[in-house]
Amino acid sequence: MSNNKLTAELISFIEEWKEKPGNLIMVLHRVQAHFGYIPRETAFEVAELLDVPVAKIYGVITFYHLFRLTKPGRNQIAVCMGTACYLKGGEDLILEFERLLGVGINTVTEDGEFSVEAVRCIGCCGLAPVMTVNGEVFGDVKNKDCKKILDQLKGK
Amino acid sequence: MAYKNYILVCAGTACESNKGKALYEALGKEIASAGIDTEVQLVKTGCFGFCGEGPIVKILPDESFYVKVGPKDAKEIINEHIIKGRKVERLLYKEPGAETASEDIGFYHKQFRIVLRNCAVINPEIIDEYIARDGYGALEKALFDMTPDDVLQEIKDSGLRGRGGAGFPTGTKWGFSKAVKADQKYIVCNADEGDPGAYMDRSVLEGDPHSVLEAMAIAGYTIGADKGFIYIRAEYPLAIDRLNLAIKQAKEYGLLGEKILGTDFSFDIELRLGAGAFVCGEETALLASIEGKRGMPVPRPPFPAVKGLWGKPTVINNVETWANIPVILLKGSKWFSSIGTATSKGTKVFALTGKINNTGLIEVPMGTTLREIIYDIGGGIDSGKPFKAAQTGGPSGGCITPDFLDTPIDYESLQAIGSMMGSGGMIVMDEDDCMIDVTKFYLEFTVDESCGKCAPCRIGGRTCYNILDRISKGQGEMEDLQKLKDLALAMRKASLCGLGQTAPNPVMSTMKYFEEEYLAHINDKKCPAGKCKNLLTYTINDKCVGCTACARVCPVNCIEGEVKKLHVINQATCIKCGQCFTTCKFAAIDRV
Repeated sequence: MSNNKLTAELISFIEEWKEKPGNLIMVLHRVQAHFGYIPRETAFEVAELLDVPVAKIYGVITFYHLFRLTKPGRNQIAVCMGTACYLKGGEDLILEFERLLGVGINTVTEDGEFSVEAVRCIGCCGLAPVMTVNGEVFGDVKNKDCKKILDQLKGK
Repeated sequence: MAYKNYILVCAGTACESNKGKALYEALGKEIASAGIDTEVQLVKTGCFGFCGEGPIVKILPDESFYVKVGPKDAKEIINEHIIKGRKVERLLYKEPGAETASEDIGFYHKQFRIVLRNCAVINPEIIDEYIARDGYGALEKALFDMTPDDVLQEIKDSGLRGRGGAGFPTGTKWGFSKAVKADQKYIVCNADEGDPGAYMDRSVLEGDPHSVLEAMAIAGYTIGADKGFIYIRAEYPLAIDRLNLAIKQAKEYGLLGEKILGTDFSFDIELRLGAGAFVCGEETALLASIEGKRGMPVPRPPFPAVKGLWGKPTVINNVETWANIPVILLKGSKWFSSIGTATSKGTKVFALTGKINNTGLIEVPMGTTLREIIYDIGGGIDSGKPFKAAQTGGPSGGCITPDFLDTPIDYESLQAIGSMMGSGGMIVMDEDDCMIDVTKFYLEFTVDESCGKCAPCRIGGRTCYNILDRISKGQGEMEDLQKLKDLALAMRKASLCGLGQTAPNPVMSTMKYFEEEYLAHINDKKCPAGKCKNLLTYTINDKCVGCTACARVCPVNCIEGEVKKLHVINQATCIKCGQCFTTCKFAAIDRV
């Protein structure tokens, strides 16, 4: 997959941050914003540009929840599992999505269309239970809404 | 020229994600098409706090408070209210049970806003609005009228304590850093709000970002630092955007950067993003993360105030603590310390969530009782069922039971009853919430978030979780209770950082106040709250009229029966999701 090469824009971002101490996490955020995850070959490129060992980069990627090593689904469903959402049925939503999609949490459906993840509090507790689809927030979600949400996304 | 009307639209995350943005645009369009843009000003503000009722629109000067407003309501608000002067009754907020709307809203009655003073008042994206509300006045006062020692004394005298949860006196912390001689010192704002169910800091950053910048500059002047970092969760994109904008504006105005206001004092602030690690709320882990490393804590002392970021003295305070600073300097330590209790001064912001009518963000003077918060401000339990417990302090805290409803809330009183102030999450639970289930939820969280560096936290947390999991499945034994206590004690004493030391708090607290619930799970193999799935059985009784509603809603098709005949649940395939139970209108489904 040659399209995992750093773009000129990403390279200039890295050059700009190179001399600033503590740059690695900021750089990885930028890379992930572009690819949706951190591809292996890209991690090697970043290591070279920043002049840090690949092991250090993987150390950071695997420590933090937000960094991904695999490509997520085209539609990313994130169910909030903050306390308020948990009490109001967040876990049931995850089970329902797992059932509807036939894959477990953090796994991409075979057609690459969907992936479901549980995320930490997104701070919309007043709307609990809350989920986001490709960044858009849905509040007060009921189990029966899950299918509708998926149907709307299919083929979009 | 003064405007005739001001329309304030909440642009906090909860309202904005609830079509608030489209509403703002729709209102703008209606104003333009009515040709009244010289008479009406539309203002995008920070969080009103009343998040459960959002999106919120407030109209000045008559203070009409519209709730749950959608983009399609924009036309009516402009045509009826603004042009014809007739309030849109159906959108006005009404107290639960009240027939008519009142401008006197119970939710705001007992609140006292210091930290949230500008939220829902100013447009956070315009620095002039902050300045118009005395913004940067405290920095000016410090630079021109006070020595660094004066500022430090003022903060010490105010009695302000850290709002991140532990409650360490802010002035003392600053004093430690000030006393150290070093070529470089740093100021850090901890905006890594990881406590699930808490969003106080986010609302301050989104609604009033300049107050944090100003406070950090004041601290820089006090201890002799010229560089600050805000460590913020990457999950808060709106707050990040507003902070970046605020920093840019402050630099343009000469309120940040080189030679601030023409003095010799220079101070610069940069953002650093978190990446989803709860442990990074711990200060040494946070500093490691700013340095671009894995966020693992190191033993203290040396404390960061003496040896912090890149080995230099570093003052770290939480967002809410920072937001108090400018007010203390402007109004004086005497004024500030007159608010609150003997040991806890000022106010506290809580994110009030869970089974409560008015979910949202509230700010109350220290010493307010839980009863006032839940019943007067929160409007009581939303399900109408009895109040069971309020959880404060998140995964590090504990429960407050109905017996303690009248305890004045401050750092010491909460600790005395086995909970803690925490960063401000307050989750209200009713009798449908199982305390074992909730405790398991918190333990699962801390196990997942443990960095794994020290054994008591890494192994102790996992073992506690496993025991709780067994109990919730009806496989617990009486010895488990003693095992939990022993593990909790060891974790408290031997863990490296606050995460591990406080992780057993939810266990200790629920075991103390809800022992009978543990016993019911262990001895009777029952979950009194009806939450632990393995201990539940759903059956259909003879009240069933055969409406088929349950069979249609069942996700695994395990309910059989013909129309108008008694239905039966196939226990072998039932996944105990409870959907039939909530769907049935005839109380024909028993959950035991």
